[in-house]
Amino acid sequence: MGKVVVVTSGKGGVGKTTSAAALGAALAQRKEKTVVVDFDVGLRNLDLVMGAERRVVYDLVNVIQGDAKLPQALIRDKRLDTLYLLPASQTRDKDNLTAQGVAQVIGALKRNFDWVICDSPAGIERGATLAMRHADIAVVVTNPEVSSVRDSDRIIGLIDAKTVKAERGESIDKHLLLTRYDPNRAERGDMLKVEDVLEILSIPLLGIVPESMDVLRASNLGTPVTLADSQSAPAQAYLQAARRLAGEDVPISVPGEKRSLLGKLFGWRAA
Amino acid sequence: MSFFGLFRKQASAPTARDRLQVLLAHERASVGESDLVARLREEILAVIAKHVKVDGEKVKVKMDRGDQVSTLEIDVEIPLKARVGAT
Repeated sequence: MGKVVVVTSGKGGVGKTTSAAALGAALAQRKEKTVVVDFDVGLRNLDLVMGAERRVVYDLVNVIQGDAKLPQALIRDKRLDTLYLLPASQTRDKDNLTAQGVAQVIGALKRNFDWVICDSPAGIERGATLAMRHADIAVVVTNPEVSSVRDSDRIIGLIDAKTVKAERGESIDKHLLLTRYDPNRAERGDMLKVEDVLEILSIPLLGIVPESMDVLRASNLGTPVTLADSQSAPAQAYLQAARRLAGEDVPISVPGEKRSLLGKLFGWRAA
Repeated sequence: MSFFGLFRKQASAPTARDRLQVLLAHERASVGESDLVARLREEILAVIAKHVKVDGEKVKVKMDRGDQVSTLEIDVEIPLKARVGAT
């Protein structure tokens, strides 16, 4: 049986879809059969980020409503034969997701894949709660910024209350993925530090993804970050995060501090 | 502090951290609160019902959360001659 991972955050625009695509690709690069499921019904974007927007025929809602069989809706990645995408519907709304339908689809995917990555929509409503419902592991994507941290705290509360595992009294693995981190700004005291966010949210750290042009570049190209340039700093961060997710013990590295020459010379830092 | 530090704006991240810590302590408590009040109400009702006959609707439990202390207000309406097993 595969493991179900929900990539969630509460707040929008923090990098859920980028992270779901990058982690999914990173796990698939390890030769583990992976499917990434878009739960953002009505506002799908995972297909675009993964470069499969022109290959969508059937979607999650079609499968739930019985208009298509699950294998018909799955899109195999052109670059990695272990990576699949199950797109969301763009034309219907989230009311078309039923709890029972989602349970059946996730159950079937778990039997056929090593990893089922659920890309949650923003918010705390139906789409988000259904995306996290069957998760074994939650990846909470957070920016080092007050509104994102607050929303992550709220989402962590929901994970502990509304997932099947939580309702059974089992504990659910929750991990923090800190994205858009800028070590220079944190060092100057203008951005929450990794330790600050960890102390406030008190869940273990899965990885630190630095703010980088490579992320926008990868989405422009429709390529998961880890496939676009596996040597780039964000790709390395996601590849390491995927190894930790798979149970490997990889030490966390804060992405390289690149202080300007001037900064180094004058020891420019916050008072 | 370096010479250039004198001209820098004061660091804002510690303020962000402190504000979040205060806010989240408050929010975490209030999310659990509605649940807590419901449980308290049920248990208080059960204890009272052992001794006097009360109408479940006539028991009111209210929680007010302040900065330093919170107050729990319990309002029970007991009708005359309501003692259970009274002779």
